Amino acid sequence: MTTPTIIDRFKTGLWYENPGLVQLLGLCPLLAVTSTFSNGLGLGIATLAVLVLSNALVSATRRWISRDIRIPIYVLIIASLVTCTELVFKAWFPALDRSLGIFIPLIVTNCAIVARAEIFASRNPIGSSIVDGLVMGTGFALLLIAIGIFREVIAMGWLLAILPPGAFFSLALAIAAKNAIDNRRREARSSAMPRRSRQINR
Amino acid sequence: MADNSIMRSGLTLATIAAICTALVAFTYQLTDKRIAANEQAWLEQSLQPALSGLFFDSGVSESVVTIPAPHELPGSNDATIYRVYSGESPVAALFVVSARDGYAGAIKMLVGVDIGGQVTGVHVLAHRETPGLGDRIESNKTDWVRQFDGRSLGDPVAGNWKIKRDGGEFDQLTGASVTPRAVVKAIRQTLEYFDANSAAIFAAAAQIEDEVIE
Repeated sequence: MTTPTIIDRFKTGLWYENPGLVQLLGLCPLLAVTSTFSNGLGLGIATLAVLVLSNALVSATRRWISRDIRIPIYVLIIASLVTCTELVFKAWFPALDRSLGIFIPLIVTNCAIVARAEIFASRNPIGSSIVDGLVMGTGFALLLIAIGIFREVIAMGWLLAILPPGAFFSLALAIAAKNAIDNRRREARSSAMPRRSRQINR
Repeated sequence: MADNSIMRSGLTLATIAAICTALVAFTYQLTDKRIAANEQAWLEQSLQPALSGLFFDSGVSESVVTIPAPHELPGSNDATIYRVYSGESPVAALFVVSARDGYAGAIKMLVGVDIGGQVTGVHVLAHRETPGLGDRIESNKTDWVRQFDGRSLGDPVAGNWKIKRDGGEFDQLTGASVTPRAVVKAIRQTLEYFDANSAAIFAAAAQIEDEVIE
């Protein structure tokens, strides 16, 4: 297998293995804060930063981490990074910090981050792990932003969108839309394929 | 052999814990002052809505008294009162109180009362009321809370310090009556407290400041 290019990696993070849409990780913050565009953007950026840094740290220390104690070490690293992120938000983006409230510290519990540490960063070199954090974080952030915009716009006419059930509906619609697009593409490909193979048969 | 690997794991954990702690401590050092300044600015800013039209020359957020619970004010936690002075004479008191009977938990709000017992402004600081319904008590959503400006215990008379739906004088919010009812009640209780204790509130100030100076 050839090494994937950066563009391939981005396609993977943003679409084929999007942490929110496909891996369905980190749904708790995703559902809770996406009531507005700015909240989605804020939490998206915070998560992205934590993910990139935690991937970098986990990858940098992977030689010394034995399998038995890897989970407590991930927890330590992620918790410290989240605390730092929270402090930075409080210092430089106080308004955003107030509107996100508890959800910045709760990035600790976002399983997308520990999942990337375990699946990717603990087995790959640091540069590649940073790219992985970047693409997965961007995928997650874009989904947060998209759902945030969707809910904020829809809420003007349909109040339920801004309430908790609206988050579930919005995410369900986003996943359904992604699957529909994937299916259509697959059909287009498979309907193109047989024709070609028939020609070859003849 | 097993002991050895446990020791090594322990050492690794300890080292990484130390590094992580150092990272957090460093970030804390870096952001500490900014965060304190932000919180002070936010406090001053959130007190502003209750200060409109008042003449004062004191730093409002410094002149604070805490009334330990239980007290007659709305809310079960310790209540915070910011006192406003012009020179030596008291101008107003800003109460941070919680209306406990909101639709979804406590509604934390700021109620400013001037020395004559009139409301100088009400500002909702924190709440979890239903978005689109009860959240219209926020001053950046509607000007519903402005109807209390200039009101006092005699205006309207005590029996009419209610929302219209309960036979009182204040507007409710369409689709939400629990929230406005709680807010009106909390404001009335605050005014009653001020009426009974205003001398003590401003006197407490002098005592506390004396203690600090001594």
